Amino acid sequence: MEATVVKTGTEGKTWGGGENPPLKASYGKMMMWFFILSDALTFSAFLAAYGFSRYKFVDSWPIADEVFNHFPFLHGVDAPMYYVALMTFILIFSSVTMVLAVDAGHQLKKGKVVFYMALTLLGGIVFLGSQAWEWKNFIQGTYGAVETKGGRILQFLDTDGKRVALSDIALESTQREALDGSTGIWFVKDKTLPTYTIEDIKAGFAANDNYLIRIQKLDDTGHPTVLSREESIARLNSDAVRVVEGANLHRNEYGHPLFGNYFFFITGFHGFHVLMGVMINLIIFLNVLLGTYDRRGSYEMVEKSGLYWHFVDLVWVFVFTFFYLV
Amino acid sequence: MAHDASHGNTVKRIWFVFALLSIATIIEVVLGIIKPQVMVDNKFLAMSLLNWTFIILTIYKAYYITWTFMHMEGETKGLRRSVVWTTVFLVSYLCFILLIEGDYIHEVLKGGFIKYNF
Repeated sequence: MEATVVKTGTEGKTWGGGENPPLKASYGKMMMWFFILSDALTFSAFLAAYGFSRYKFVDSWPIADEVFNHFPFLHGVDAPMYYVALMTFILIFSSVTMVLAVDAGHQLKKGKVVFYMALTLLGGIVFLGSQAWEWKNFIQGTYGAVETKGGRILQFLDTDGKRVALSDIALESTQREALDGSTGIWFVKDKTLPTYTIEDIKAGFAANDNYLIRIQKLDDTGHPTVLSREESIARLNSDAVRVVEGANLHRNEYGHPLFGNYFFFITGFHGFHVLMGVMINLIIFLNVLLGTYDRRGSYEMVEKSGLYWHFVDLVWVFVFTFFYLV
Repeated sequence: MAHDASHGNTVKRIWFVFALLSIATIIEVVLGIIKPQVMVDNKFLAMSLLNWTFIILTIYKAYYITWTFMHMEGETKGLRRSVVWTTVFLVSYLCFILLIEGDYIHEVLKGGFIKYNF
């Protein structure tokens, strides 16, 4: 199959690969490959660093199924990974439409290129929206937890082993009102306060015998250790210092703070790549519409932006495996 | 006319690869949700068979994306090797060093130098 179409009006010149190109690829396409190579190394450094931290805290790392179990319009339904799987399909499919656009470009069929590139753009935008939704859920949190003096997370269960939210435990909220410019000092901004104070949680926990505490440490079967009722009360009263709702870069209700940090950093960096990919594709798409490549007689630019787009998909395949599955 | 015939084959090949990628993804998701106990318990080289399956399927998908979608199969041997071999060797080395180091630090922490819960 003839993959390379080198007709950019630069044949024989440096930009076109010179008189006798040893790699038989145009300068632009070759440089896109080498850019992808360097970017792949950056991403693998992030993922390997994730692996490093995970091995370091292998006996207390959060379980991804429990964290990413939301699906649009299915509130309270445990849907582990369905949504990420859907996102993966959207991205793979937009990769397919991109390669169809490249193929149509080889045939110099402008209409088809426009159609397939539009689908690709749509896929990219839907993926970005999905990722934003995923971030929203992660930041907001579901159940809430408390943090100990040592920075460990304690989560709440009932005796059936189901997770219990802070709002179910606390009998009342004695949390003070956050100060803003009109109620506090005008130049000091109050921090975001959790809905409940740690005393509310301690009182509510003591009042109901059905509640237990789960610590991060994983037992032999790979599940977080559940404490007995007596141990739970003792641990909560002696160690718990702070209520944690959702996630930020310092702490999160799911477990180790590094888990949240890597989530924000890796999926954020990938999301940024998708955003750039959408923008590059948009520029190329507009050029296709204007007939730039039709006049040039070569759609190689579609092929180059396609390379980048496939790379973004390729990275997601790895992020999906190492962040959500393994 | 010959050109048109090869074009039809290319499109067919793209959809075929899409099917392969989808099947691999579906297998991954199903295994990730069920987590068969046999695959979790049995280990090969200190990693569970489940994780091996995920990683092998991922590399399988990566191969098809690179070779078919990115047309790596159509590039010259020189370009192919300069991109693929560089990535594969550097990434393997990086993983080897970092994962072993992470495991070592885990053993040190577990060995009682740092109290786990306080």
